[in-house]
Amino acid sequence: MPSLKDLSKKEELLSSGHRLCPGCGAPIIVRQALLAASDTPVVVCCPTGCLEVGTTIYPYTAWKVPFIHNAFENAASTLSGVESAYRSLKKQGKIDREIRFITFGGDGGTYDIGIQALSGALERGHRFLYICYDNEAYMNTGIQRSSASPRGAFTTTSPVGKAIPEGKTESRKDLTQIVAAHNIPYVAQASPGYYNDLMKKVQKALNANGPSFINILSPCPRGWRYPADQTIEIAKLAVLTGFWPLYEVENGKYKITYKPRKKKKPLKDFLKAQGRFKHLLREGNERILEELQKEVDQKEKELMIRAGEEEK
Amino acid sequence: MEKIAAMTGDEVAAEAMRQINPDVLAAYPITPQTETVQRFSEFVADGLVNTEMIRVESEHSAMSACVGAAAAGARAMTATSANGLALMWEIVYIAASLRLPIVMVLVNRALSGPINIHCDHSDSMGARDSGWIQLYSENCQEIYDNLIQAVRIAEEGSVLLPVMVAFDGFIISHGTERVEIFEDEKVREFIGGFKSEHPLLNIDKPVTYGPLDLYDYYFEHKRQQVEAMKNALDVIKKVGQEYAQLSGRSYDLIEEFGSPDADLVIVAAGSTAGTIKGAIQELKEEGINVKLLKMRTFRPFPQEKIRESLKKASAVAVMDRSASFGAAGGPIFLEIRSALFEEERKIPVVNYIYGLGGRNIGIEQIKKIYQNLTQIKKTGKVKNVVNYLGVRE
Amino acid sequence: MKEKGWKDIPLGGLILEPGNAKEYLTGDWRTFRPLLDEKKCKHCLICWIYCPDSSIIVEDEKMKGFRYDYCKGCGICAVECPFDAIKMVEEAKYRAEKEGEK
Repeated sequence: MPSLKDLSKKEELLSSGHRLCPGCGAPIIVRQALLAASDTPVVVCCPTGCLEVGTTIYPYTAWKVPFIHNAFENAASTLSGVESAYRSLKKQGKIDREIRFITFGGDGGTYDIGIQALSGALERGHRFLYICYDNEAYMNTGIQRSSASPRGAFTTTSPVGKAIPEGKTESRKDLTQIVAAHNIPYVAQASPGYYNDLMKKVQKALNANGPSFINILSPCPRGWRYPADQTIEIAKLAVLTGFWPLYEVENGKYKITYKPRKKKKPLKDFLKAQGRFKHLLREGNERILEELQKEVDQKEKELMIRAGEEEK
Repeated sequence: MEKIAAMTGDEVAAEAMRQINPDVLAAYPITPQTETVQRFSEFVADGLVNTEMIRVESEHSAMSACVGAAAAGARAMTATSANGLALMWEIVYIAASLRLPIVMVLVNRALSGPINIHCDHSDSMGARDSGWIQLYSENCQEIYDNLIQAVRIAEEGSVLLPVMVAFDGFIISHGTERVEIFEDEKVREFIGGFKSEHPLLNIDKPVTYGPLDLYDYYFEHKRQQVEAMKNALDVIKKVGQEYAQLSGRSYDLIEEFGSPDADLVIVAAGSTAGTIKGAIQELKEEGINVKLLKMRTFRPFPQEKIRESLKKASAVAVMDRSASFGAAGGPIFLEIRSALFEEERKIPVVNYIYGLGGRNIGIEQIKKIYQNLTQIKKTGKVKNVVNYLGVRE
Repeated sequence: MKEKGWKDIPLGGLILEPGNAKEYLTGDWRTFRPLLDEKKCKHCLICWIYCPDSSIIVEDEKMKGFRYDYCKGCGICAVECPFDAIKMVEEAKYRAEKEGEK
């Protein structure tokens, strides 16, 4: 992995002048991923969402690579078409360059409405990297809950109320595991707070000879209710509290790529940094906090068993 | 070697696709399109085509993959029917708006519900505002001819719109007819190579497809599509003329059959046009001269040609194989009436909605329509403007 | 950009100039602006890898300052700098002071 100094010499493939919020996690992820993509040219596809809308308001585009947006639920199938066209034209001798294909999709367009297209593309084995920038709600349309929203989170369609004081009552979907069950060559979870780990994973993913998927936590100042300058701190806290473990599954083999060890923090530290969880800290909600901590602990244990680091 | 073959509609569609040899095919099975893609899969398995076949997990993904492939700079095709087209509806509009020359084989089938796998035109009529060019095929030969011409029409620089080539499910798709097939080289020459203006795969000239248009630009982009449809009228004619040179079979925006100066006309699209031709021949033997106006092109709507053809008519019956619920008649009927609105003389136009969900239509029923037109001409009176032909009351 | 008619824009909504968003200056979104203390800066480039708007100027492996045309003032750079070399000041106050100095 080249150093930051070496990377700083590369051309930025996402220009300034995009209209994502100050402190948004998504463009940080895109910048880090595209820097890691090294010198192989890429074609990018985005489903509808914050990133797509914020970077391509006609007549401006922030993308300095070929880019396509089609609709909300079909980034994976659109890119399947691009990648198949590439293979077809290459086979016919009409193209001779190496090109890689990357999707940057939000959790809305990936976990929910886009999951069918994703699953189909994974099963068919197209060689592309699907990066989900997971900000845990339908942020672009106003912070509505998605299946990626964590249990206990305030969202505009799971608000905190007198009859339902918890916010979202369902636990979030583990899409990384669902994708891993498709037995593709490379699956990982990453956080922009750990850029070296993230960039290494992007490189591994692009080298995989088949579909690859990286789920990247993308903190959102607006939707998660925290001051814009805390994005990277929260991206780190998510990892240090075990909420968002950093791991990879390479040809079915699990590996935890970062262990907080002495830096490990209780889940409450992650929750109290964000306004979307502030109702959980009220008196009377201790039970929910305990359950959430238990959930994180349980998932951590399961991950360690899969990684061969603990007996069942 | 040009050959004569006996093929069903689905089979001849697959044959045309084999010769077109698209770079990408993305399709999902749905009756009665299934044979086309199954047959094509055999070509792929035998290495007879260069096509990358994407066996997508839904029709929505089929059209999405076609959009991706065409934007990438490849020739892309798909095939579907009824609810498959309905599922693609969102992306069908997007494909046209991105000006991608995708060609679709559309085997006409009734939209659910209730679920019905037989022929009517509710699927293609449902997509009439989508910005796609729509060609209706009367028989197997026309499927073959229309598909080959579709590639040229779609890719023409002044058009750049996707084209759907429709033909009746089961009646034509599963009926065996005599067809003339060119040698592969002739088709290749006719369609030429696809040269995309702005392919995504041209890494040296990165483009952005599908931005967000606010209220300051959307209208302008739509106006461009309107212009493309206008241009398509001439392009369809031109390609038809070129194709006539090649095949000896002439193609225009519409087809007229029967006595050119007959003043009783039936307008229809699809296989029913063939049935009407049979009725016209029988009536001719009885000394009765009538005419058929076959709608080959429904989008763009060939308004001028239709006016030309109908302006001397004494009575016109428009047959619609689909209903537009709540409208004052079927889709073809309403547009024909509108086309004749500028005429000084008021021409009586009546509507027959028929054949929904595969309900059969025969020569005797067609003859009755001509009888009705004769009555209208004689009395100057129309009993019912909109009729439902063949339904049990 | 002055708005063009339908005949003068590319077909299909395509945007043919990559990265032309750079013509859209987001600097006026700022409520706070970052200021660099060059004495404390060790050129680790951590601010650069974390900036959502590519607004850290790096030349010859050295942190040279901020692209104020685009910087939205999120403050991530100030929080993440391990050497406290960046501080956020109120944009309005900063400008008023600069005006006063003139």
